[in-house]
Amino acid sequence: MLDRLQELKDEAIQKVNEANSVKELKDLRVAYLGKKGPITEVLKGMGKLSAEERPKVGQMANEVREAVADLINEKETKLEEEALVAKLREESIDVTLPGRPVGKGSKHPLTSVIETIEDIFIGMGFTVAEGPEVETDYYNFESLNLPKDHPARDMQDTFFITNDLLLRTQTSPVQTRTMEKHEGRGPVKIICPGKVYRRDEDDATHSHQFMQIEGLVVAEGIRMSDLKGIFEQFVKRYFGQDREIRLRPSFFPFTEPSAELDVSCAICAGKGCRTCKHTGWIEVLGSGMVHPNVLSMGGFDPEKYSGFAFGMGVERFAMLKYGIDDIRHFYTNDTRFLSQFNRV
Amino acid sequence: MLVSYQWLKKYIDIDDLTAEEVAEKLTRSGVEVDLVHSMNKGVKNIVVGKVLECEKHPEADKLNLCQVDIGEDESVQIVCGAANVAKDQHVVVAKVGARLPGGMKIKRAKLRGQTSEGMICSLQELGYEGKLVSKEYTEGIFPFPTEMTPGEDAMEALNLGDQVLELDLTPNRADCLSMIGTAYEVGAILGRDVKLPETTMERGQENASDYVSVKVDANEDNPYYGAIMIKDVTIAPSPLWLQTTLMAAGVRPINNVVDITNYVLLEYGQPLHAFDYDRFGSEEVLVRRAKDGEKITTLDDVERTLTADYLVITNGKEPVALAGVMGGANSEVQSDTKNILLEAAYFKGTTIRKASRELGLRSDASARFEKGVDPSRVRAAGERAAKMIAEIAGGTVLSGIVEFNELDVTPKEVTITLGKINGVLGTSIDTDTVKEILSKLQFTFELEGEMFRIFVPTRRQDIQIEADIVEEVARLYGYDNIPTTLPNTATTPGGLTEVQAKKRKARRFLEHAGVNEAVSYSLTTGEKESHFHEDADSLSRVKVALPMSEERSTLRTTLLPHLLDALSHNKNRSNLNVSLYEIGSVFHTEEETITKQPMETAMLSGAFMGLCYEHSWQGEKKAVDFFVVKGIVEGLLKELKMEGDVQFVQSEPKGFHPGRAAKLLVNGKEMGVLGQIHPSVAKEWSLPETYVFELNFHALVEGKGKEIRYSPIPRYPAMDRDIALVLDETVKASEVEKVIVEFGGDLLKNVALFDLYQGEHLEAGKKSLAFSLRYQDPEKTLTEEEVTKVHESVLAGLEERLGATLRS
Ligand SMILES: [Zn+2]
Repeated sequence: MLDRLQELKDEAIQKVNEANSVKELKDLRVAYLGKKGPITEVLKGMGKLSAEERPKVGQMANEVREAVADLINEKETKLEEEALVAKLREESIDVTLPGRPVGKGSKHPLTSVIETIEDIFIGMGFTVAEGPEVETDYYNFESLNLPKDHPARDMQDTFFITNDLLLRTQTSPVQTRTMEKHEGRGPVKIICPGKVYRRDEDDATHSHQFMQIEGLVVAEGIRMSDLKGIFEQFVKRYFGQDREIRLRPSFFPFTEPSAELDVSCAICAGKGCRTCKHTGWIEVLGSGMVHPNVLSMGGFDPEKYSGFAFGMGVERFAMLKYGIDDIRHFYTNDTRFLSQFNRV
Repeated sequence: MLVSYQWLKKYIDIDDLTAEEVAEKLTRSGVEVDLVHSMNKGVKNIVVGKVLECEKHPEADKLNLCQVDIGEDESVQIVCGAANVAKDQHVVVAKVGARLPGGMKIKRAKLRGQTSEGMICSLQELGYEGKLVSKEYTEGIFPFPTEMTPGEDAMEALNLGDQVLELDLTPNRADCLSMIGTAYEVGAILGRDVKLPETTMERGQENASDYVSVKVDANEDNPYYGAIMIKDVTIAPSPLWLQTTLMAAGVRPINNVVDITNYVLLEYGQPLHAFDYDRFGSEEVLVRRAKDGEKITTLDDVERTLTADYLVITNGKEPVALAGVMGGANSEVQSDTKNILLEAAYFKGTTIRKASRELGLRSDASARFEKGVDPSRVRAAGERAAKMIAEIAGGTVLSGIVEFNELDVTPKEVTITLGKINGVLGTSIDTDTVKEILSKLQFTFELEGEMFRIFVPTRRQDIQIEADIVEEVARLYGYDNIPTTLPNTATTPGGLTEVQAKKRKARRFLEHAGVNEAVSYSLTTGEKESHFHEDADSLSRVKVALPMSEERSTLRTTLLPHLLDALSHNKNRSNLNVSLYEIGSVFHTEEETITKQPMETAMLSGAFMGLCYEHSWQGEKKAVDFFVVKGIVEGLLKELKMEGDVQFVQSEPKGFHPGRAAKLLVNGKEMGVLGQIHPSVAKEWSLPETYVFELNFHALVEGKGKEIRYSPIPRYPAMDRDIALVLDETVKASEVEKVIVEFGGDLLKNVALFDLYQGEHLEAGKKSLAFSLRYQDPEKTLTEEEVTKVHESVLAGLEERLGATLRS
């Protein structure tokens, strides 16, 4: 009988090893370990055995049963694993196919420039002030030291609505409006972004509507060296740490002394190229110490207070930053243009 | 202002500096030089030639065969097409091998069988602009006005080696609108003296006052009028040096007398006018305001009607010149003029400005008067011109100047302390440095302790107050030398206002919803807006007084037309799926004739066409429809924490599809519209199915917004019941929801519509709406019975109010 069990064991092992599917294993389990299987048969014949032999055969039968059962389990696990691997392989996808897009519109490049500049100045303690686009002659010109018949009015050809009402030619009127609100008490630290209008024919470099950002600081003891310091911080944050600044004397009716701010050219690192007209410098904004007449008209005592103001063209900043060559692109709203800025 | 480098050298020693170096120094100290251009536009190897013979070409009527002495052993034959070429002329010859502008190389040629060894040149062929060439020679070659030596270098004779600095002057620096003024500026930078021209001359025996009297009836407008008499002049072309100097300065030579007045205008910045004394019409100069309706024919042969705002020079009877702007044709200097009445006057800037603007006559003269000429140089400029006329055009300058003179020439006095200068600049400049700078500027001053008492020369009328002196000191000290500091003021908290922050939130929300930001023009036309407003031409619109074009004549009252323009622009370029939004102001007035600033309201609008979503290879696609736009608007309201009762009410705004548009009401107040553009309006823009929204952004963001308050997460389970209702087609989903909420009471936590069905399985005129209702009690677990009780009452309510039945 022991021989028979050994035989059964060998036979079962061989068959399990040869089995290739879970189904075959299931059948083998039933065939060898089931109630009608040969091992059970062997055990049924134990009654004929001597008391001595019986435990030996019993033990052996159990060992064989366990060994076969383990083997089947082991093989089953292995086959299941193989089946899973095969199944997953079949489920494989082309990961290079395009993903399901999540809608992302773009910020207009002009907004992007404005928000970036706003944030830099907010970080330096400025607030953002706004004002109307239809202005009075007083706020747009007179309060900025540009009385009627001042030749400098020619610098800005104006869209008049009436003799007294006009489309603002600059964001500077927000200066006076803000100073008035402060009722002669400093400090005032604002920047004022907004649309402005001038009678220019639209072409690659001119637009009858464009955007400016005006800045104004009024407090006791403000010096021209402070203007330089604020500009240096601004330029390094906006244009990059390695940019340098220089001031050039200039003229604006509402500042005295006045200065243009130049930034070293990023393209040629100051060596001279087409972008900087071979000067190594790029003009970025106009500025100066607030003219005493402007302080007075804004309700500040020029003997006690001083300040500086600056104004920059948003389109110019955007053109410099993104290398845009035609100002009209900003107002055409072509999606092939706009969607290039959906990362800014 | 065009400044010839060679000419500038007459007034200041700059031999050690190139034109570019002078330009850089000027730019860095505040007089910007745009460009330094060379008079030589690429000319090489041109000489003076003398035309020895000039005959018609045997084969061609319009060509001439010229034998020209070019200073070589033998004369050369040149075929010349110019009509004005003639024997004995001295001309500019481009020899074989010469170069002309544009890289043109002169070669030996055969023209209709005749050899031509070179070319006789016009000034245009040498690179001069046609408008600078004397009218006599614009159609032909340039004959030198005087005898020259054949073979002589013509480049040198024409001063083609000169360079010209193009000054881009700011309005305050009118003092640099002259060679002498520019010389003073260069002198201040370099610390060098200025050499002024000689004005003393021999005078005739006769007195000018015997020939002319001067009377001014408008002393405010004309505080100085000087009349100089020059007798027996000969009008002729100017000498070559004068012609080339003027052309380099951008002025066309005319004749010697006129050229001299122009030369002195550029030299002194003082406009002068030469009258033909014999055509003047009297012996009396009377300056007065014009009479309304009075007429004058100006030098350009245009008859102009005058008003009392203009100042005129008259002969006592009629105007002979429009003061400071243009002379009259009746007293113009002509080729036969013998006697000159030369005017040197000071006219008030604003008077001249008004006339030149209104008449559209802007000249070198008016530009200078407008900005203010130097009162101290008026007479000197007149004398300088008279001296030059006598020297160049012959004639005798009579004794004396007949003058009217009330001109104030006292220097402006400005006082400032060293402390003030350093206080404004943040510098620590010492007294000696300031003294040195003032001396370089040739400003006289007295130093009283720390206080500078400065007497500003009249040529610098821009300097009036302390701050102007600070700028002069700063720019000559060098802006580069000002230190870099930060303000000493107390720190201020920076930041955005709530409205500004909300604007950014709205932008980000829309961008993340896939909408691109657009920016369009505020100026538009009433015609475009008429599609959306009944009152397109009514009072509420704000119009520009003198529009540049009809397209930009009115301020917009809606953002929609320009957004549709943008869609249309994109469609024409095959960008078919476009979503745009814009935040911008619209403008309204309530006045019939506008006198006050109009209302400016910030609007937020969007426009959509084509697909709003596409993932093609997985077959996902979504065309924009009403509900896409509504979803964006609803999301936006949430983003802005809009508080209160939000309703979308079916309506028919002008320009919209009558069945697919709604008004947005918040707490009963209209906040905007949304919907499909009426197909016939869309057609005007050649657009397909297009959807838009326009919201009153100003009103949306003005409120404080709903604060978020946490409510406890329910601890007891909810029960969901779905119902499918059959209703009349006309019943709105919002009405059904309202009834459900009303009858659901406190236990109803949520209602959500999940299906809409219309079609063959329902009777005509009916539709089915399916809702999911969620019931929940925060205090306990609801029983089946409790829910059923409420739910039954909801169903009963729906049937009673809306005739709704459950769909079987
Ligand atoms: Zn560069």
